[in-house]
Amino acid sequence: MAEVLLPSLIDGLLLGFVYGIAAMGLSLIWGVMNVINLAHGPIIALGMFGVYLSFSYLGLNPYLALILVAIGGLLAGVVIYAVAVHRVLNAPHLSTLLATFSVNMIIIGLGTAAFSVSPYNVDYSLGSASLGSIRVPVSRLAAALAAIIVTALLYLFLYRSRPGKYIRAVANNRGAAELMGIPSARVLALSFGLGTMLAALAGGLIATFFPITILSGGGYELRSFVIVVLGGLGNPLGALIGGLILGTLEGVIPVFTITTWVPVFEFVLFVLILLVRPSGLLGRRT
Amino acid sequence: MNAWNKPGFWLPLALVLAAGAWPLITGREATREVIFTALISVALASSLNILLGYTGYVSFGHIVFFGLGAYVGFYMMSALDLPLYLAAPAGGLSAGFLAFLLGKAILRLRGAYFALATIGVNEAARAFVNNFDPFGGPIGMRLNFRFYDAYGGAARALWTTFVALVVLTLILLAVSYLVKSSKFGLSLQAIRENEDAAQVMGVFAPSAKTWAFVISAIFPGIIGVLFFFKNGNIEPGDAFRLHLSIETIVMVMLGGQGTVLGPLLGGAGYQRLRGTLLVTPLFKDIQLTVAGVLLLVIILFVPGGVVGWLRSRFPVLRRVLE
Repeated sequence: MAEVLLPSLIDGLLLGFVYGIAAMGLSLIWGVMNVINLAHGPIIALGMFGVYLSFSYLGLNPYLALILVAIGGLLAGVVIYAVAVHRVLNAPHLSTLLATFSVNMIIIGLGTAAFSVSPYNVDYSLGSASLGSIRVPVSRLAAALAAIIVTALLYLFLYRSRPGKYIRAVANNRGAAELMGIPSARVLALSFGLGTMLAALAGGLIATFFPITILSGGGYELRSFVIVVLGGLGNPLGALIGGLILGTLEGVIPVFTITTWVPVFEFVLFVLILLVRPSGLLGRRT
Repeated sequence: MNAWNKPGFWLPLALVLAAGAWPLITGREATREVIFTALISVALASSLNILLGYTGYVSFGHIVFFGLGAYVGFYMMSALDLPLYLAAPAGGLSAGFLAFLLGKAILRLRGAYFALATIGVNEAARAFVNNFDPFGGPIGMRLNFRFYDAYGGAARALWTTFVALVVLTLILLAVSYLVKSSKFGLSLQAIRENEDAAQVMGVFAPSAKTWAFVISAIFPGIIGVLFFFKNGNIEPGDAFRLHLSIETIVMVMLGGQGTVLGPLLGGAGYQRLRGTLLVTPLFKDIQLTVAGVLLLVIILFVPGGVVGWLRSRFPVLRRVLE
């Protein structure tokens, strides 16, 4: 048992870091402007294809391509915010949910027309490393490391830089922040951009070790919802920890039962947490 | 109640009756199929509207009730050999019962949290049916062809299903109007506007919300049975099409949420549009994108949908369009 359990545990844990930064993007957007971004999955898929295209056509190293993907994700987020979200920000929840969902439909529609739904593969391998008796693909280790670096940078940005402080002020109280002279529309656009940037980065990292299709972002979007609820909506560090928990569960559950039951467990867990502690396991009590 | 004097009541019914009678008079199968598809959309949209439009709760899991009712009804027909007129209400009741249980649990959540929970319910239901063996697992179930003999053969059975759907849509639109104009409907609309204030004014929100959820779930349950009775076989992928939940929301928004006529126009209009896009070479591949742009434009600029826009643009119509 132990020789099966330990490798799948480590596999799941490393994957959990990537889930974590995808969920962090969702969580950040929710925390700052109370919007659930239903275009999250397609953005993850765009991140995947960003890495795939720059690797296959520009011959770029996938890890360098991540920088391009991050910039693209940031810009895409700002555009989405300006076009679809800003106008309905103060309308009921239904409007922002549907506005971001329409962005989802637009991206998926164009993406399917361009790439069809067949799988693509980033043909780049770093080999695997041995940790004692366990062999782990280096790309997974690199992805986990990248996820940790991104989290650290995000926290430095939010707590040490001026725009980061603006973001936290707007999240805390938009009205008061505006009275202090903070340009809230620009800050909101920036936060939305950061959220989609994290999603695109997560997608790019996934592309380095899994085959991708234009629709595969959907699965990660659903996982991000589960994780965000685990860690507490609007709590980025909680999202990372939630990601680790979910990754570990995904690694361990298939050892004991059939893989196809994993989503049932995940979503039952998800609904239960929503019911018992809607603020999340690590969120503040409400 | 004197609902027959109100055009808001009989106008939608007359429209459905005319659409339903058209293929019956001409006897053309092609027209029947087009109207059948449109009526399914209309009925799904109208039933969702009771929760989404009147009560203001966004559900991304409406298709769960369609799929569950279909599976229960189909199981009764294929495994227990029970007739359609028992299986269809049973499908509806089981969907309503599921909604009752779910409602007790997740309707405590508000706004975005409720919407998220319904996404979870939708996914969990699909994964569950995929793994549950009595329902055939991923392969699904099929009806023996001889089952249709009791309905005068397969060709006659298709007409029977069509008439049943027309009648069901008529009942649904009548219920939709009666709910909206009743005291119950007023309390739902009060919850939509401000749930806390509604409770202070004496609306018992938990039970009102649960009943709205149950009513909106019974109809898709019955429709599911009719749809798959006509189809002859059922699979998890067909019964739990997640994107159909979303398309239903688009239909409600297109026609006008919170109105009786809106989902009727929205459902029929959306199907018409989709049909046109699918056969237009330029839009064939990107029909999803076109639907997305349409939805975005509606949300940003005409949040009231067609009926809402007409009502605010031409005040005269407020007495005609409910």
